[in-house]
Amino acid sequence: MSNLSGSPRNPAMLETRQIRKRYRSGNTMLEVLRGVDFRLDPGGFVAVVGQSGSGKSTLLHLMGLLDAPDAGEVWLDGQRIDSLPARERDRLRNTAIGMVFQAYHLLPELTALENVLTPLLIRHGFSDWFRRRRAARQEAEELLDRFGLSGRLQHRPRQLSGGEMQRVAIARALITHPRVLLADEPTGNLDEESGAGIIDALSELNREKGLSIVLVTHDADIASQARSIVRLTAGKVETVATDPAGSAA
Amino acid sequence: MYKLLLCWRYLRTRWIALASVISVTLGVATMIVVNAVMAGFSNEMQTRIHGILSDLVFESHSLSGFQDPVWHMEEIERAAGDQIEGMTPTVAVPAMFSFQVRGQWVTRQVMFIGIDPATHAQVSDFGQYLQHPANREQLSFDLREGGYDTTDSQSPTEQPTRPALEHAGWPHRRMRVERERLWKERQAAQVDAGPSRSVNQQVDAVLAATTPPPQDASPPPSAEPAAAGETVAGDGEPPATTPRQNPFQAARPEQGHVMDPAKEQFTGIVPGIGLASFRTRDGIDQFLTLPGDDVKITFPTAGTPPKAVSDTFTIVDFYESKMSEYDSNFVFVPIDALQRMRGMIDPQTGIPSVNSIQIKLKPGADLAAVRDQLRKVFPADLYAIASWRDKQGPLLSAVDMEMAVLNILLFLIIAVAGFGILAIFFMIVVEKTRDIGILKALGATSAGIAGIFLGYGLFLGLVGAGAGLALGLGITWNINQIRQAVEWCTGARVFDPSIYYFFQIPTIVDPVTIGWIIVGAVAIAIGSSVLPAVRAARLHAVEALRHE
Repeated sequence: MSNLSGSPRNPAMLETRQIRKRYRSGNTMLEVLRGVDFRLDPGGFVAVVGQSGSGKSTLLHLMGLLDAPDAGEVWLDGQRIDSLPARERDRLRNTAIGMVFQAYHLLPELTALENVLTPLLIRHGFSDWFRRRRAARQEAEELLDRFGLSGRLQHRPRQLSGGEMQRVAIARALITHPRVLLADEPTGNLDEESGAGIIDALSELNREKGLSIVLVTHDADIASQARSIVRLTAGKVETVATDPAGSAA
Repeated sequence: MYKLLLCWRYLRTRWIALASVISVTLGVATMIVVNAVMAGFSNEMQTRIHGILSDLVFESHSLSGFQDPVWHMEEIERAAGDQIEGMTPTVAVPAMFSFQVRGQWVTRQVMFIGIDPATHAQVSDFGQYLQHPANREQLSFDLREGGYDTTDSQSPTEQPTRPALEHAGWPHRRMRVERERLWKERQAAQVDAGPSRSVNQQVDAVLAATTPPPQDASPPPSAEPAAAGETVAGDGEPPATTPRQNPFQAARPEQGHVMDPAKEQFTGIVPGIGLASFRTRDGIDQFLTLPGDDVKITFPTAGTPPKAVSDTFTIVDFYESKMSEYDSNFVFVPIDALQRMRGMIDPQTGIPSVNSIQIKLKPGADLAAVRDQLRKVFPADLYAIASWRDKQGPLLSAVDMEMAVLNILLFLIIAVAGFGILAIFFMIVVEKTRDIGILKALGATSAGIAGIFLGYGLFLGLVGAGAGLALGLGITWNINQIRQAVEWCTGARVFDPSIYYFFQIPTIVDPVTIGWIIVGAVAIAIGSSVLPAVRAARLHAVEALRHE
């Protein structure tokens, strides 16, 4: 499959080249991705849609370095990242890639504020952290405040609603100032209203801060908020629609 | 940094893990208590052994000993004088020790040891183990005018445990002599005029006047007649064969002197307290004989072949090292008296012989080095030179062995606790699988994930060992109160002073031992968290995130 995004412009923010991924399921090998080329331009907002099992989450995991492709390459900002040593990949996950999940994935033992600070806690050692903790804490509070969670700083995840948890998760993804934000069905567990709020927040980030976003969803309405849509079918990119109707509004 | 935070949060929210640490706590506490008590007993025992044996013992192979201790001591001084603090000659022979209990003669086998009262206290703790305070200052083989301790001076108790010693010494001797005199008179009266009631009344009156109210270890009047005949024997003279009725009448023309037992004594001896007393279950010492009583001792002369000679001696004090082996075996006597009686003084030159020379080394001197130095100078076929450790080697190494085995067994308790931690940690890793996935997604390294669980193990180990330390020290420092409480609750005697000779359980808290116990416990806690930590580190991020 050729490079569907067209002319060789400036290097893509995130790009996959012919990646393949197979999973063993019992005695049969299940080929989830069969050579996917995907491109996200800097400042882009791509929605990946497809039916359940079409491989969109797997694609996101591969781009987020949570898993390694069986074949093909993953490029971030002009650098091939899938073949880096484990420690480098860990560092990129911590500094360059923000991830938001359907099930929020907050740490239940930590408060909302601590959850947001977790990536920085991971990044910094003991002494480093004590030097930066005031600034980090202030930034986390500002982020949570932006998402309307200033009254929820010391709440544990189980004391928050789904929408609140997802906003905490987005704040956690943003605290590292990532180059790209990967969102895996962020509205999947939410009611319509909360889901819309989340998508609005993502669009705003993309518009105002120029944050590159990949949004995986099976909901066409939500996908239409993105600037372009990639449809995955049976492990292959089927169609690409740039600047869909909904985003103009 | 997140590792610390998560460890701390897990510690505060996972009480089940603390349950696994209770066994670490108990193991550590047990080890601390057992080590403290065993070290206490061991130390007490070594002190006792060392208290009676000086640092080095320089001995002759023969009971007859070697001549001229002064020359030998000068030679020893020349060989290793810079390390030696004091020396004293002794003569030790096996002997038979006979004393009267209720008119019956009781004979026991003892080691009869002649010591120099002036210098013996310099080489060993001998002086500290005596029952009269003045004798502890400076030993004298003269009978004291009362004042013997009625409690154990080495572990004082509020209640007197030796009430019988209150009247020991000259008061006891005078009372006994007075009673014997009265019996003599009564017998004479019976011979003259048959049983007389008035004499009986008179005896009762005298008894009432002389008997101390509660305790009296001296034979009751009914058993006295047999004793009356044998009480008095001359110094250096074979035991009297004809009964002497009254000391005032019994003239001893061969010495030109009438012995008055109420005012004079025979050669003083200090027997071990175990020879003369036994301890009841309630911790009271009952005495078979007291300072002031006379005993007979039979021992071999220094000639060839040795002949048995016997003589009468007066008990002037008791010796209590709390090593029953010594306390029921040793009888001390002035060395010059023993040398004279055994014929160990050369009649021509007046030079005496001795069995052994006790040597005390200066503090910090190397026991084995000085011993080897002396062995080089003195031929081994004539002299045996041994340190106190050599002499009690098997016993000391048995105790060390016992302690080592016990420590290994107790450490296994903590090792068992380690498996508990292992199981619970595996459970926690499974429970936290999704969180591990999240942390990996946020950029945590595998080493970092492993670090969380290793750190958690360290925290738990520290908490467990810390609690164990507090518990162990608490028990150790209050062990005697705990013993009393247990005895009060169960009515059973946990620590029987009639067996152990101590009233308190001795304990020694050794910081180094405790340090090792804690290091071991923490190491086991960390060690048993290694497998779960590795498992957590190897979790696949995507699979972990999908884990429900």
